[in-house]
Amino acid sequence: MKKLPSTLPNMLCVLTLISVIAAGALAYVNTITQGPIEENKARTLTEGINTVLGVSDAQVQNTTEAEDANGNPVILYATDKGVAVQAIDPNGFGGKLKVLVGFDDAGAIKGYTVLEHAETPGLGAKANFWFQKGEKGDIIGKNPGDAKYANSGLTVSKDGGDVDAITASTITSRAFLRAVNVAFHAYAGASATDGQTGASPQIHN
Amino acid sequence: MKYIKILWNGILKENPTFVLLLGMCPTLGTTSSAINGMSMGLATMAVLIFSNLIISCIKSLVPDMVRIPSYIVVIASLVTALQMFMQAFTPEVYKTLGLFIPLIVVNCIILGRAEAFAAKRGPVESIFDGIGIGLGFTIALTLLGGIRELLGTGKLFDVTIYSENYGMLLFVLAPGAFIALGYLIAIVKKTAKI
Repeated sequence: MKKLPSTLPNMLCVLTLISVIAAGALAYVNTITQGPIEENKARTLTEGINTVLGVSDAQVQNTTEAEDANGNPVILYATDKGVAVQAIDPNGFGGKLKVLVGFDDAGAIKGYTVLEHAETPGLGAKANFWFQKGEKGDIIGKNPGDAKYANSGLTVSKDGGDVDAITASTITSRAFLRAVNVAFHAYAGASATDGQTGASPQIHN
Repeated sequence: MKYIKILWNGILKENPTFVLLLGMCPTLGTTSSAINGMSMGLATMAVLIFSNLIISCIKSLVPDMVRIPSYIVVIASLVTALQMFMQAFTPEVYKTLGLFIPLIVVNCIILGRAEAFAAKRGPVESIFDGIGIGLGFTIALTLLGGIRELLGTGKLFDVTIYSENYGMLLFVLAPGAFIALGYLIAIVKKTAKI
């Protein structure tokens, strides 16, 4: 078959036709993948919340979206087993650091997980287990609401705090603790202003 | 025989990474571990096979002057579809490679093969060229990822070979990618006598 000559009508028709067919095909793929994508997102979130609260069947009852002092989004997930807060610190070593932190009734940290990070592999990327229970930088069980944290929240030992920073990754550790503090303030603020938002009412029953 | 020759051509003689030196951005960016490299290679191969097939089918309908925009629309649609499928059905892989998937659109291997091969040959040959070049790319990325993972973390496909403490972290980071790729190209050139 001979090639179509490059006249204006030919070019217009061909490009339009190709674009329309491509758009149609993509719309079709979108309809079949949309469901599973939503499911995956929801499942990842539920798994994250379960991990940080240390349970396996937390039911999200109330989702509140807010902003921290610097305008970064903070999301509170109130469940029947406690509150999980998602917070962001934009100044990690490699950029944004997103964490999900679970708090018990008193405000002590029950668990955490790093949802998103761009830290250095082998150094800052260790944040996902460095601060877990029994590890060197253990923050589980600490309560950022305690009087001794009143001034600056949880900080690394270099800054006068009592959390051991990840070896050779102080910037990541600081960013991580800032995000945890932001999460705590969001949690504390929510339970102070509106008792119904927190998990306390259900647990006291 | 002709088809085997096309396959072999893509895997060794015109290996996109070691010989043509195309698609360096995903090559260096995604090969921090063997499994990442392999997934990126396979994803690119899938796009390449379909783009070669479609472009070789529509080649005589496309006027020369709008050739490149038309091919880019085809490739971009395929990549977007692939991205949605990966997000839906292989979320674990998508989590590590998600950032690099849209970059397949501008991977010069794909447009290069469309121009150099698919726009001149029949659909069946084009499919074989896609498989061959795709395999060549996958093998190269897996090899590079494997070497970096082994030297950097002491693991291979997540199986510990030696203690992580003796690993050279450099190889997982960007400079290690350049060093490892340089040596690999040198070794391949020397041994394969291309």
